[in-house]
Amino acid sequence: MSHYYDDQDLERFQEIGQYRPDLYDNFMNYYQGVMAAGALTVREKALIALAVAHAVQCPYCIDAYTRVSLEAGSNLEEMTEAVHVAAAIRGGAALIHGLQMQHAAAKISI
Amino acid sequence: METFAPFARTLEHLGYHDFRAAQVQTLQVNLGWRCNQSCKHCHLAAGPDRPEMMAPDTVEEILRVAARWSIPVVDLTGGSPELHPRFEYLVRGLHRLGVRILSRCNLTVLLEPGKEHLPGFFRDHGVELICSLPYYQEEMVDRLRGPGVFRKSLEALRRLNRLGYGQQDSDLKLHLMYNPAGAYFPPEQGALQARFQQELERRHQVRFHQLYTLLNMPIGRFKHYLQQSRNYEGYMGKLAASFNPDTVAGLMCRNLLSVAWDGRLFDCDFNQALDLPLLAGLPQYLKDFDLPTLAGRRIHLGDHCYGCTAGTGSSCGGKLAAE
Repeated sequence: MSHYYDDQDLERFQEIGQYRPDLYDNFMNYYQGVMAAGALTVREKALIALAVAHAVQCPYCIDAYTRVSLEAGSNLEEMTEAVHVAAAIRGGAALIHGLQMQHAAAKISI
Repeated sequence: METFAPFARTLEHLGYHDFRAAQVQTLQVNLGWRCNQSCKHCHLAAGPDRPEMMAPDTVEEILRVAARWSIPVVDLTGGSPELHPRFEYLVRGLHRLGVRILSRCNLTVLLEPGKEHLPGFFRDHGVELICSLPYYQEEMVDRLRGPGVFRKSLEALRRLNRLGYGQQDSDLKLHLMYNPAGAYFPPEQGALQARFQQELERRHQVRFHQLYTLLNMPIGRFKHYLQQSRNYEGYMGKLAASFNPDTVAGLMCRNLLSVAWDGRLFDCDFNQALDLPLLAGLPQYLKDFDLPTLAGRRIHLGDHCYGCTAGTGSSCGGKLAAE
């Protein structure tokens, strides 16, 4: 393998269930339950998943939830906004840790 | 090398060893492949320069068959059917016969010079319109159907709305047809219809009755795109993997017969595009139309039929199975 990520691997997801299939089955039941329509629609959940995929920078999830979002009727404007939400939260998370920096500096500063 | 079972074998496993039509409820008439648009997904590769147009004798034959066999529904398509010189003559004749007339309209043709009267003509002859509008935003529509198509389509829809088409409780039926702008499946029809209605009303003050979702068939220009973009194998594999047995009983070929511009008969417009004629032994031309023989005919199947059975199914009338 010449690179770490192979897009064909997404279709092989179930091979993780080769060992401890009970855990895999539990995960899949939970996953499918989470992503099914509930108080939020499938489309809304797909946009959340797309944002999270970018936050965790998972190329498999980005591939998968780009397709799911389009197949749920979302458009690139909405999907881009979802990515910006991820970027904003990640950026905000970095900035709020600036207070940690200030606290740490205060501890060792006169 | 295909990685999925042939469609006919998939049906055999379901018990359909001899897949047949149930009736001929609808005669879908393709008046020609000429169109004022050249959509990237068109299964017929229709466009302004296509010479294929139905001959006047064949138009007469449509009227004769509709009358002789009391065909309940005639569904006019193309190309852009309105560009056929005898389109209005045919509609008037069908209207006199009391046939329910559906016409598939690309909307922008209604703004072409000499065609501005068509909305009123449709209204006066009770024509139900099924209009192509693959999204409620300009970018996606123009990417699929050509620059400027979205804005022109909205103008055409407003003209139709002003005549009563698409208005709540109106008998002047105006439906929209969605298809994806790429190698992916259509959204859930009900949810997308609600968004279309909300967005078109809010942004553009445009109304319609129902939204039909249609999956892009892997033939014609769309197949070319799939191959060029290296999506063909993945798309076909996903179609086959998404086969839904609940769609089979309602497949449009079971209730519809397609008439090509040259008078030949096909099980559907897609078979027409692929030149897959009715099976041997059946009448092949409109002039030989015989309802008892054609109503229960065996269907000419191909692997493209997976396009009608994937997920909630796909047809000229939208989805086929529950969501």
